Amino acid sequence: MDPSTPRFDTIALHAGHQPDSDFGARAVPIYQTTSYLFPDVEHAAGLFNLERQGHIYTRISNPTVAVLEERVAALEGGAGAVCTASGQAALHLAVATILSAGDHIVCSQSVYGGTRNLFTQTLPRFGIDATFVPPRDHDGMRAAVNERTKLFVGETLGNPGLEVLDVPAVAAIAHEAAVPLLIDNTFATPYLFRPIDHGADLVLHSLTKFIGGHGVALGGIVVDGGTFDWEATDKFPTLTEPYPSYHGLRFAEDFGTQAFVTRARVEGLRDFGAAMAPATAFYLLQGVETLSLRMDRHVANALAVIEYLDAHEAVSWIAHPAVASHPDHALAARLLPRGAGAILSFGIKGGRDAGRLFIEQLGVFSHLANVGDAKSLVIHPASTTHATMSADELEAAGIGEDLVRLSVGLEDIDDLLSDLAKALRASQRG
Amino acid sequence: MRRSGAEVHLTVNGKQVRAATGGRPLEPDRPLLLLIHGAGQDHTVWALVARALAHGGFSVLAPDLPGHGPSAGPAPTSVEAYAEWSADLIEATGYGAAHIGGHSMGSLAALELAATRPELVTSLVLLGTAATMPVHPELQAAADDGEHLAIQLITLWGFASHTHLGRHPTPGLTLRDAAVKLMRRIDPDVIASDLRASSSYAKALDAAALVKCPSLMVLGDHDLMTPTQNATALSAALEASTVVLPQTGHMMMLERPHEVIDTMVDFLRAT
Repeated sequence: MDPSTPRFDTIALHAGHQPDSDFGARAVPIYQTTSYLFPDVEHAAGLFNLERQGHIYTRISNPTVAVLEERVAALEGGAGAVCTASGQAALHLAVATILSAGDHIVCSQSVYGGTRNLFTQTLPRFGIDATFVPPRDHDGMRAAVNERTKLFVGETLGNPGLEVLDVPAVAAIAHEAAVPLLIDNTFATPYLFRPIDHGADLVLHSLTKFIGGHGVALGGIVVDGGTFDWEATDKFPTLTEPYPSYHGLRFAEDFGTQAFVTRARVEGLRDFGAAMAPATAFYLLQGVETLSLRMDRHVANALAVIEYLDAHEAVSWIAHPAVASHPDHALAARLLPRGAGAILSFGIKGGRDAGRLFIEQLGVFSHLANVGDAKSLVIHPASTTHATMSADELEAAGIGEDLVRLSVGLEDIDDLLSDLAKALRASQRG
Repeated sequence: MRRSGAEVHLTVNGKQVRAATGGRPLEPDRPLLLLIHGAGQDHTVWALVARALAHGGFSVLAPDLPGHGPSAGPAPTSVEAYAEWSADLIEATGYGAAHIGGHSMGSLAALELAATRPELVTSLVLLGTAATMPVHPELQAAADDGEHLAIQLITLWGFASHTHLGRHPTPGLTLRDAAVKLMRRIDPDVIASDLRASSSYAKALDAAALVKCPSLMVLGDHDLMTPTQNATALSAALEASTVVLPQTGHMMMLERPHEVIDTMVDFLRAT
């Protein structure tokens, strides 16, 4: 008996959408509207009281955005999802849906700088604080849990060391503490790794990166795995206690596996308002359709770049799980058999000055602060984003003067390697 | 019965029952509507139906059957035992009688209840129902072995094929993945025993002949678990109003919540 239901690429092309019943449009139309007609008063009242489902106002839901939400949720194997205006908005929405003043987060130390800023600078103003623990320090994570801890956060592939988070192990630690694990899966995408299958409860993406792929639209998403038992403890009153705003609704009681995502939408989008625009969802859907094809090419190009850099005398080290000496090489082979993504860091001999020369000589790689574009990207933090920091300060931040980060794109690999060869040669003439 | 907010803490035969009420407390002056879920499910399959009916004039009680969700086990192992438990539940509420909605295995329990305890049943709404509910041997075998395959097969056959790719009536939600997650919360032994209870119940037509209250059958024309042709004899025996929802599979409350709500409201308000 083959119980198979649609597979990854079919989901990527079709999920969440059935052709327009009015005109038969095959593509997902852009429903460029702010609001929706109510057929009658009773229907409207039902919508506002979560007795009936449908669209009320585009800040809360929109038919084009809903296709993207359902499609990414299906690709991740989740029970539902909410799109947001950016990846940062998705992170904030995930936290704000279940945490309140006085609550605490255990977070992997190797996370996006924006995540660190939110957790160290901004959320403490609202009474939420975090403890950062190196991603391989599982005992440290366990020790960081206190009675206020409500959430674990990590990234599938850390930044900038490309540490692979042992999601099953970290999920087990989070679950020992009776709290969910939220994984930022932006660098891997669901094609390379599905965190929910490995024990994570919530997944978020900056859709701006590989899922969009084109670098033309900002967006984020939070996926509810539907796996976490919010009612097992009294830690999550936003989901288990009556919510006056909906006449005493208890989200976990009425919506079960979809409690989190329902509250995230009807409270989080309603009140914080970081909604995705319909046209943005349309742009991002174009990317989703070709995700697997692009990720295979990203990974293949990245492996070729790694092989080239590994043999180059101007390169002192490479951080990517595909490198045999990377501490997570075996873990990556187990968790990410299709490849550990297309973002890598390497050390350039000659430090800060060599890094600057290298960047200035690149022609195909674009020098900018982003990752996950179809085009190859490069940044040398010591001469750009972190130029004001001393060598010691950089070292303390885990960013050496020699660190160059690449996001390997989809260009012809020979052109990428020629570009790197030319720039590496120039970097050593300084 | 103890109430806190809209949540009801019931004890039936000395065992705790978890029941949702659709977001409104039970009120003595509103008729009771008991919603009985199907094999291997829990009360959340009724989420929208329960909320709509609770705000539409009924005291709604949607329990997790014993052994499902937080309701204490063991799970009954026959349709007759589920019907007896449902009778005990109604009596525990203090309501004299109830409208009964049942889905799949729950519809058989509702039918058996109406036949054996007619004084407790005001009307019957049977969704995804048929006179017999044979279970595919490979599904039963997988369930008996506690294999994930059982959940996959129930999901595969439970939803109309075109819904496997969505579009969910609720923006941003998935049908298939959410159904899998719901069943993974249920003890695999309970799923197996529920399937066996459904397939071994052979008294539906005899029970139907004893039912005197008004009845409604809600069927899906794409239902692979209880195909409409298997419901014809039951519909005749019950003299039931029968509504076949188009492009709809077995999990109709999730696939077409609005149509199910509208059909139930029309029937219940007329009863």
